[in-house]
Amino acid sequence: MRYMMLIHHDEAALAAAPQKELWADYAAFNEALGKAGLSGGERLQPSSAATTVRQEDGKTDVLDGPYADTKEQFAGYFFVDAPDLDGAIDWAKRCPSSKYGSIEIRPVVAAQGNRN
Amino acid sequence: MNHANEAARAAERVARESYGRLVAFLAARTRDVAGAEDALSEAFAAALRMWPSDGVPDNPDAWLLTVARRRQTDSIRRRQTRNAGEEHLTLMADELEAAAAEGDIIPDRRLALMFACAHPAIEKGMRAPLILQTILGMTAEEISAAFLIPPATMGQRLVRAKTRIRDAGIPFGVPEKEQLGERLHAVLDAIYAAYAKGWNEIGDVGVPEIADEAIWLGRLVVSLLPAEPEAKGMLALMLYAEARRNARRDADGAYVPLEQQDITLWDDSQIALAEQLLRQASAGGPTGRYQLEAAIQSAHTARRVTGAGNWDIVVQLYDHLLSLTRSPVVALNRAVAVAEVSGPQAALQAMAPLAADKRMLGYQPYWAARGHLLARTGNRADAAEAFRVAIGLTTDEAVRAYLQRQLSALHDA
Repeated sequence: MRYMMLIHHDEAALAAAPQKELWADYAAFNEALGKAGLSGGERLQPSSAATTVRQEDGKTDVLDGPYADTKEQFAGYFFVDAPDLDGAIDWAKRCPSSKYGSIEIRPVVAAQGNRN
Repeated sequence: MNHANEAARAAERVARESYGRLVAFLAARTRDVAGAEDALSEAFAAALRMWPSDGVPDNPDAWLLTVARRRQTDSIRRRQTRNAGEEHLTLMADELEAAAAEGDIIPDRRLALMFACAHPAIEKGMRAPLILQTILGMTAEEISAAFLIPPATMGQRLVRAKTRIRDAGIPFGVPEKEQLGERLHAVLDAIYAAYAKGWNEIGDVGVPEIADEAIWLGRLVVSLLPAEPEAKGMLALMLYAEARRNARRDADGAYVPLEQQDITLWDDSQIALAEQLLRQASAGGPTGRYQLEAAIQSAHTARRVTGAGNWDIVVQLYDHLLSLTRSPVVALNRAVAVAEVSGPQAALQAMAPLAADKRMLGYQPYWAARGHLLARTGNRADAAEAFRVAIGLTTDEAVRAYLQRQLSALHDA
């Protein structure tokens, strides 16, 4: 099954982390993803750079800031192909971000006629 | 129970055994638990109706499969005219063909299904109901009675959990060694939760059957994972409790605490079986939570032989259990055992740290234990207050009546 792994960071915890080790861990993680034939993900600018847009009754609302003002903010994503949820959970545990926030695992809807 | 009833119960047992095996087999192959249940539900209902009176067929699995395949073919034929492509029905029919082709050596995948039902990605409170439904074929109505949830709500939550197993890709299988202990505990916790439902709701009609079913599931796990000591520990723990079922209430239905139970009402054969399981499990000393709890029960039943409880050992076992679980409930039970060794004052001291724990303030046994201990030290005013809080927190009529007697005994003293 294909899973999207959504990284949510506690930005304060991340900023307080030893940066050198953190990025070394991340480099190792990305290399492991690559060796497993999985696509690397993308890292997003912090939520201070976010803009949220909503349309209602033809009126457009543009708000500065993220969708929800929570402690943990959406920070990036990657995809994995795993035989089942346990395989995806293993990748989430390997990702350094799981120490500075949480990783939401979402199965990707398979194309029609191509379940599993 | 008369012979006809016993035979009917035995037939029902075989039907549930066979049904659970077939559902697990299909679900593990297709990941579609609801589909597997659908495919077999009519055949299972027919078996529950016919086997108790007609007798159990020689090959129960084959009987169920034959009926299920016939119903399946009919329903596909019917549906195809109305609604082209009921994909899962066709799929299940194929899987049933494959299962039938494997003859009477259908692999037992019930353990795999139990691990899927008790996966950490499944809401904790739904793990036991899911296992009761998928492995035993119990209906949402039957399960809801024990779990005090309206049947319609229970039904919806079961459907949602099964959809989740399929859509999230929850695995069907026995976990790898490094995860087995933790995951097995989730399975054991679910079965024990089902047992506790059947144990607590003593007065309700139909509910004690859940306790029987939980014990049966416990035996199943022990037979499928014979090398796991915690599975044996949990089964032993359930059997110790079950052995005392008839001694928990007196002839008028009034609550009888463990220390005052009539030991001639305890079931010796169940205690013997529990002792044997516990010995096998803890050959190298009890290690897990269930083995320790079973060992505590074993020490309590020693009263049968020696006439007195083995409280020193009970306190030691609670020490061990407390260091393992850090649970305030364990700390409370330990304090109660301390009273039997070192007196009520020492027990109250052991209990003192719990007063700061918010969970304890709404926990009836905490206040009841406090009341008993304070009464023994002669502090009648504080004892009365503790008993009143305990009475206010009680949901069981028999326990409430017992506590009220304790409270009035204070005034008479």
